[in-house]
Amino acid sequence: MRRAALILIPYLWLLVFFLVPFVIVLKISLSDVALARPPYTPQFDLSLGWEGIRSFFSELDFENFVFLTTDDLYWKAYVSSLKIALVSTLLTLLAGYPIAYGMARAPNEWRPTLLMLVILPFWTSFLIRVYSWMGILSNEGTLNTVLLWLGVIDTPLQIMNTNSAVYIGIVYTYLPFMVLPIYSALEKMDESLIEAAEDLGCSKLAAFWLVTWPLSRNGIIAGCFLVFIPAIGEFVIPSLLGGSGTLMIGKVLFEEFFSNRDWPVASAVAVILLLILIIPIILFQRNEQKAREAEG
Amino acid sequence: MTNREHMMKTPFLTLTATLALTAGLAQAEEVRVYNWSDYIDESLLAKFEEETGIDLIYDVFDSNEVLETKMLAGGSGYDVVVPTGTFLQRQIMAGAFQPLDKSKLPNLENMWDVISDRTSKYDPGNEYAINYMWGTTGIGVNEPKVREILGEDAPVTSWDLVFDPANMEKLAECGVMFLDAPAEMIPAALNYIGEDPDSHDPDVIAKAEEVFMPVRPYIQKFHSSEYINALANGDVCVAVGWSGDILQARDRAAEADNGVEVSYYAPDEGAQMWFDQMAIPVDAPNPEAAHTFLNFIMDAENMAAASNYVYYANGNEASQQYLAEDVIGDPAIYPTPEAMENTYTTTPYEPKVQRTVTRLWTKIKSGT
Repeated sequence: MRRAALILIPYLWLLVFFLVPFVIVLKISLSDVALARPPYTPQFDLSLGWEGIRSFFSELDFENFVFLTTDDLYWKAYVSSLKIALVSTLLTLLAGYPIAYGMARAPNEWRPTLLMLVILPFWTSFLIRVYSWMGILSNEGTLNTVLLWLGVIDTPLQIMNTNSAVYIGIVYTYLPFMVLPIYSALEKMDESLIEAAEDLGCSKLAAFWLVTWPLSRNGIIAGCFLVFIPAIGEFVIPSLLGGSGTLMIGKVLFEEFFSNRDWPVASAVAVILLLILIIPIILFQRNEQKAREAEG
Repeated sequence: MTNREHMMKTPFLTLTATLALTAGLAQAEEVRVYNWSDYIDESLLAKFEEETGIDLIYDVFDSNEVLETKMLAGGSGYDVVVPTGTFLQRQIMAGAFQPLDKSKLPNLENMWDVISDRTSKYDPGNEYAINYMWGTTGIGVNEPKVREILGEDAPVTSWDLVFDPANMEKLAECGVMFLDAPAEMIPAALNYIGEDPDSHDPDVIAKAEEVFMPVRPYIQKFHSSEYINALANGDVCVAVGWSGDILQARDRAAEADNGVEVSYYAPDEGAQMWFDQMAIPVDAPNPEAAHTFLNFIMDAENMAAASNYVYYANGNEASQQYLAEDVIGDPAIYPTPEAMENTYTTTPYEPKVQRTVTRLWTKIKSGT
């Protein structure tokens, strides 16, 4: 009985918070735009009974998905979002791993403080933190003022409104999501393993690559997913820090939804985005499971 | 607490709670208003509550698109909203608003027929909305800087300033921003090349591309509100923007005394005139109080106070006697009748045409 309930709860969670919203979005993506409230047809009308349901389904089609293939804007935006998300995930890993490593190797009594310092920025609104980057990166911003004053540069660096600013914004915002899982993996690691490796003739570097890195792999994978998935659909950071040339699927979605008032096409864009994200995740998990079974 | 006391108290508590609730329902008159940001003298809000005893909940937005999405989704919970004319027209067609009960709006007699005539293009007979403010879309110029770069005869009163690549190439060094509003920028480009600014023909609209593409590399940013500060503190020297916003930049620069002198021009070739209209959503929780609010806003002195504060002209003729001299006397706010003739208005695009316009705008902004 308890076992059944334990299995049921996660499935119920998935059903209510993932499957139901997805079906609603999918339904809208198959309908047509209309000048009405809400702005698409057909509407689900139960009062007509079976007839109503049948005519509802007969009016759904894949027209909007076909439309997405007729304009290369969508394709380019998906590719550009994937690229921005991949590069920022990599940069976040490069910045986050040493931080997590340092925290896990710090004396026991420091760790709670260090952990606190990583979490602390979350206490300030995300929006305000992105806005403050505008103050740092703009042409009259802190960074340029200091560099000019030091004489490192003589014309302000144009960072604001470029893709570089988007990368900085994403890496900064998502860094804790990378640091925390890696830290928790490293913290659990038994340090005597390193001693053993060194006793058996490993150099410090070799011990890191052969022991520490593989043992922190789960943390790295979790961190990369936590950064990559939200980064690909990011809207706030590119619209505040990016320039008009920054093409991301989040901005395209916004434009479909708000400027074109085309909820069906916007929903089709969202469905494709979900497929792009979910298929590699499922393949990856299946692979992991196989590896585990092979080991077991 | 013992069980017995609990038993005795419960019915009493329930009774008082019920009483309080019904009394609360009777008293809790509130009206929820959703207006553009920085668009009212806030002392008017307190004055409204004091005069009517109705609680006023005042929220702000900064784009017609965001408001429209709320209206089309329904259940916004607002009693009064302020879309621009073209958006109003489309939302009326979608059934988003309720007709005004004019018997509850005695102050309608204060309205200015010059403006009401023009707004009836969007809302025939002005059945659904009243005019709040209106203005033009034109060019804000940091004059000393622009004349320093382009010479004393810089064409500051012409669209040549921002649509002629030769001028833009030089202006790029001091910064140029364009509104991120295709429904205003594309008509401006069409008007510049002598086409009908209100054209809905995709082939005509496509011609706007030839106007923007050569000047595109020299535009620092497309944005609909950042230009106020950027112009005021000298980050940019030219901005295509809304009249009142640029006048706010002028005042901020004057206050900062930073050597920036901003002027606003509705260009000689013609400028777009737009109207922000107050309307009541069809599902407004309290339409009664919404009418009270509209009538309050149409009071001559209240409307004048709002205009004096935000530097936009209003559609209220009776308010003109209370307007400050630097508002009613400024042709950038209240254009001369001849200048008014030199403006154009637009109508909402059909969904297919809208898609062409948005797509063209994305291409202009991003190059793809």
